[in-house]
Order: sequence, then C-alpha cells, then structure tokens
Amino acid sequence: MRPGRNSNDLKMPAAAVNEGPMRDHYPLQGNAPQPAFKPFAAAARLKNFLAGYFAELNAAAQADRPRVAWCTSVGPVELLRSLGFLVYFPENHGALLGASRRAMDYIPTANAQGFSPEVCSYLTSDIGAFIRGETPLTRAYPDILAVPRPHVLVYSTNQCRDVLDWFGWYARRLQAPLLGVESFRQVEEVTSTHVAAMSRQLQALVPPLEAISGEKFDLDRLREVVALSRRGSELWGQVLKTAAHRPSPLTFFDAAIHMAPAVLARGTDAALDYYEELLEEVQGRIDQGVAAVDGERYRLYWEGMPIWGKLRDLAGFLASRQACVVASTYCNSWVFTALEPGDPFDSLARAATELFIVRSEAAKERYLVDMVQRFGIEGMVFHEAKTCPSNSNSRYGLPRRLAARLGLPTVVIHGDVNDLRLYSEEQTLTSLEALLEQMAMAPAR
Amino acid sequence: MTGLYLGIDVGAVTAKAVLLDGDGQVLARAVVPTGLDFARAGAEAAQAVLTAAGAAAEDIRVTVATGYGRRNLAFPSLSLTEISCHARGAYHHFPQAMTVVDIGGQDNKIIRLGKDGRLLGFRMNRKCAAGTGAFLEEIARRLDIPLASLESLARESSDAVRLGSFCTVFTFTEILTLMRRGVAVPDIVKAAFRAVVQRVAEMEALEGQVVATGGVVAHNPFIIPLLAEATGVQVLVPPDPQVAGALGAALLGRDEIVPRY
Repeated sequence: MRPGRNSNDLKMPAAAVNEGPMRDHYPLQGNAPQPAFKPFAAAARLKNFLAGYFAELNAAAQADRPRVAWCTSVGPVELLRSLGFLVYFPENHGALLGASRRAMDYIPTANAQGFSPEVCSYLTSDIGAFIRGETPLTRAYPDILAVPRPHVLVYSTNQCRDVLDWFGWYARRLQAPLLGVESFRQVEEVTSTHVAAMSRQLQALVPPLEAISGEKFDLDRLREVVALSRRGSELWGQVLKTAAHRPSPLTFFDAAIHMAPAVLARGTDAALDYYEELLEEVQGRIDQGVAAVDGERYRLYWEGMPIWGKLRDLAGFLASRQACVVASTYCNSWVFTALEPGDPFDSLARAATELFIVRSEAAKERYLVDMVQRFGIEGMVFHEAKTCPSNSNSRYGLPRRLAARLGLPTVVIHGDVNDLRLYSEEQTLTSLEALLEQMAMAPAR
Repeated sequence: MTGLYLGIDVGAVTAKAVLLDGDGQVLARAVVPTGLDFARAGAEAAQAVLTAAGAAAEDIRVTVATGYGRRNLAFPSLSLTEISCHARGAYHHFPQAMTVVDIGGQDNKIIRLGKDGRLLGFRMNRKCAAGTGAFLEEIARRLDIPLASLESLARESSDAVRLGSFCTVFTFTEILTLMRRGVAVPDIVKAAFRAVVQRVAEMEALEGQVVATGGVVAHNPFIIPLLAEATGVQVLVPPDPQVAGALGAALLGRDEIVPRY
C-alpha cells in the first residue's frame, strides 16, 4: 500500500475473525458493549437524600442553628451528632469535585497557593474550589451558593496527616476552632491500650464541643446514635456482602456511588432507610438472576482509592470485558462492626483503630486474604494513587506477597484519586486488559 | 494460499506485521513508521507482508492486533495486549521459564513466564517514558546526532561518565553539565544507554533467563551486554526482536484454542 492511500482500501475478510472457534476462546474481545452502570431504583432515594442532606446543612449555616461541624470521613461523627451538630464532610466534597471532573479546574489554584502537587488532591481540589468561591453543589442545587460555614472542624488523623493540614487551613481562614484526635498507625493487633488511649481522646472532645454546640452532653443520646450507626453499618455491610454471589448483583463502581449515605448519614435513620431499600433491591437481583455485569467472567478486587474522574469509564471498560470488580477495601471501610451502644466511647475508639487504613502491613495482608476468599476473587487491582500514599497499599510489596501467597494475578495501576494529570489512560487500560488476559489464559482455579 | 495468520503490532513509533503459514512458519515481516494514523500504519504493514508473501487478504484466517493502535485498525481483527504478544513471541524462540524485557518506543514491559509459557506477572513502566526509546530519541535530538548513530558512537566510549536523573528533561541538564566539562559525545551516549538499562533494571528483579525484545534492542544491540552487566544474568535476544510482538500476535491467532504459550 502506498503512503497516503486510504487504509479502508485494505479489505480483510470479516469471517477471518467473526466466525469459528476463535471468538469463544478469546474472551477479551467482548460481546456487545455493556453500560457502565445498571441503575438501581434506590438511586432516586439517594438523590432525594443528598438534596435533603445538603439543603439542611445550607439552611443551618445560614440560620446559625443547628451548629455545623466539619468532620473527617471516619472522624468522631457519632459524638458530634449526639451533641446536635449537623455534619459536613470535606472529603465527600473532594470526591464530588473528582467525580464531576471539576477537580482539574481547582487543583492548580491550590498548587499556586503553595500546596504541593504531590499532597492530597482532595485537599487541593477542595481548597482550590474554596479560594475560587465555587462548589459543584451549586450546579446540583441552585439555592446552595457555598459550602456550609463551620462552627467547628473536627478531625481524626486515621485517614492521613493531610486532613489535619486541610482542616488547619480552613480553621485559620474561617477563624473556626479546630479539634481532633490523633490516630494510631501501623496497628498490628488492636489492644486495650490503643482503645483506652483513643477513648480518652474522644472523651476529651466533649467539653469544648459542648461549649460550641451549646448543648449538654447526654450519654444516652450518644448510645442511641451509636446504635443507629451500628445498624446502618451492618446494613451497608450486608449490601456489600451480596457481591459474594455469582454473578455479583453490584460492582465496586456501584458501591462507590451508593456508599454516600454510609459516610454522610452515619448514625441517622436516613442511612437505615436507604440501605434497607438497597439491600432489598440487590437481594432481588440475586433472586432474579440479574448480574451487575452480564456474562460475569472475571471477579476482581479493587484495593485503594477510586479514580473518581474515571469511575464511569473504568466501569464500562471492565463490564464490556465481562469483568466485575466485586469488592474493595474502600467501600468496606465504612462497615464498623465494633460499635456497641452499651460501651460507646470505647467501641468508637475500637472501630476507629480497627480500620484497614491504620493497620500494619501484616494485618492488611490478612484482611485482603480473607476478602479474596470470601468474595471468590480471581485477580486484584491495586491503585497506587500518587497523592494518597496513606491509602495506596502497593508501595511496600503487598501485591507481590499476595500474588505469591494466593497464586493470584495482581496488577498495580498508577493514577490518582482526583488529579487526572497523574493518570495515564492507555497504560492503565493496557495493564487491566493484560491482567484479564493473564486470568483468561490461566488454568481454572 | 489459504489459512494464514497475521499479527500486527501497531506501536507508538513503528507498526510491525508478521505473516505465518498454517504451520507457523514466517512468510514475511514488515516494519513501517506509525506516524499519526494508527489505522493507516497497520494497513500498510499488513499490505506489505501480504505483498511480500504473494498472498491476499482473503487468505488470512485470523488477524490479531496488538500495540497502542490495536483497537484502531480499519479491518477486523482480534485484539490482545503487547504483554501477551511479546511473551508469546519470546517463548516461541526460547521455550522455557523466563523474564521478557521489552524496551519499546514509548513504554517498557517486564513479563515473567512459567516454564509452560504461562504469563505469571508483568510490570509496565509508570507514566514516565524515561528509559524507553523515546528517551534515546530525545537525547539524539538534543545532541544533534542521528538516532541510528547512537550505537556506533557508544562503542567508541571509554565509559567515563554516568547519568543519575530519572527525568529525561533533567537528564539533558546533566548532559549540558557534562558537555561544559568537555566530556566526549560517545561517553555521553553510552551513559544514556546505561540510564535506559538502569530504568529497566529498577522496574522489577530480573530473575532466571532474561530475553530482550523490542525496537530499541533491535537497533542498539550494544544495550544487551549493558543489561547483562547490570542484572548479572545472561540476556538472550530472539531473531528479529523488533517484531517479537507481531510474531506473538500471529502465533496467538494460530493457537486457536485458549492460548497455551
């Protein structure tokens, strides 16, 4: 063929690939493209929940009552609710900025203010948006012109140190008090010493929070909130456990969206109502034989943060190759089985210290081995998020140790939670595809 | 002539094609520049091997495409990653457990195979193209010397210098410093080859038998002893390493059933 000639001139017989045994034996060619998500009816309730949640916060911020607390994602939410605070989560706002792909508009703004491009991109996108006076909430809810102003910022460093720097910036900027607890890290076994120390830190928050909220602490009220939190957590855990069924009724990508009430409505009736409905729906899918991914052929595990700006693309890419990401550490990190209403402070302390993210490498390995077995996992994807070292678990050899221990293919993809400058589409997709090829060509497990 | 198998590897820099007969014998191979149009480059490579073999498109039983442009071909083909295809191509020549090192124009891959040829694991370079053919292209451009002359220049080196930076851009800053100090160009070029080898060696422990494939190896065999020296293992190179991926693609097409490497 001469250069410049139309490539369509080369006529290749369609029969060469579309018929015969090849199609069956090359499973990665995909059938018809599949949708990224099979919508759940519960999504309508989720939409209403979110609208109500943000409207309530907005109204409170404007009326100055009830008090608004900003809290880290696995911070002392139950304590705040027991004291009458409405709770807003900047990490959720970060995820919204990522999922809406607005993060890329704001991260450079924060970088230019002295935040390194290598620190948490939730932080940089959220602070960048604040500096610019914008929020994706306005687009979804036109009455909301800004994130709700905090009366107090409350952190736990169990997620990372960046949350403290993040909240500290707002505390200085907004002249709001900053309180919090310092988490243990690299915890091998959670001991009574850990629990007692964390419990004391939580109890020490009570007097200053009473002063800010104007409400007297009520232990019985805290017990009620912890009971609600436990029940909601159990329901969310049950939803996630349904993915052990073959075929799975939901994917990690579904769960990453439907986990919003587990984070935002922890310790409230709203979370219970939502997960009761969602649980019924996923169980209905199992009863009716409805798979989240038609023709489910590969069962994967996702370790690490979502790549929020690519959630839909990756969901569609994998679904079209009959690969279902059935479970993840991330979504299971809001299942708190340690909570005990009869022993609220200690059980909150234990729940916050049992978290995967603060555990030792050996404890993480044990957890992942258990997840692989419980969910029938055949391959693992480790997302190494450049700006989230705290929740990237591929940096100290864990994928290789698990591959050797379980005889399981693993792949590490290099990306980021929000900063798409750190994500390479072609290399990511090729790595995922090669993982599936490795699984396709391996003997049946 | 019927029952042929075509493998096409549309890479970032070149498109390669290999045509096999029903017995798996190579009838023809071709390499063309990719340019900006993956579909056209793939078609040109395909047409080149058909012409060389005196065959027609209708004679092809299965086409398997790989490489960056594997999903962009304008004619029907199966698609498999470069990882599976380079592995298959290397195993064809050296049927044993091995670690394949593929140094390409835009990315590097390290692929571990079992003794039955099964893919045990793989690593790709991160987003950065340091240590790939693109790095050497950039160095040649900055030194204002033809890419094809790197190999012969490096052979003249007295091996006096090392480059330490990860980053291609910063590497050239280092090179500017070397040039100001009057370091000879052959020594700089050899240091650039060493940098490529170092980037590869730090991706993954290279264990057992190492087999090197890809265009960089094909055009710069000088890199092989450097790789052996850096890793402490013997490095084998298949015949025609640049088309190992295209060969593997064609062979995977011919395997018909679930590929057994």
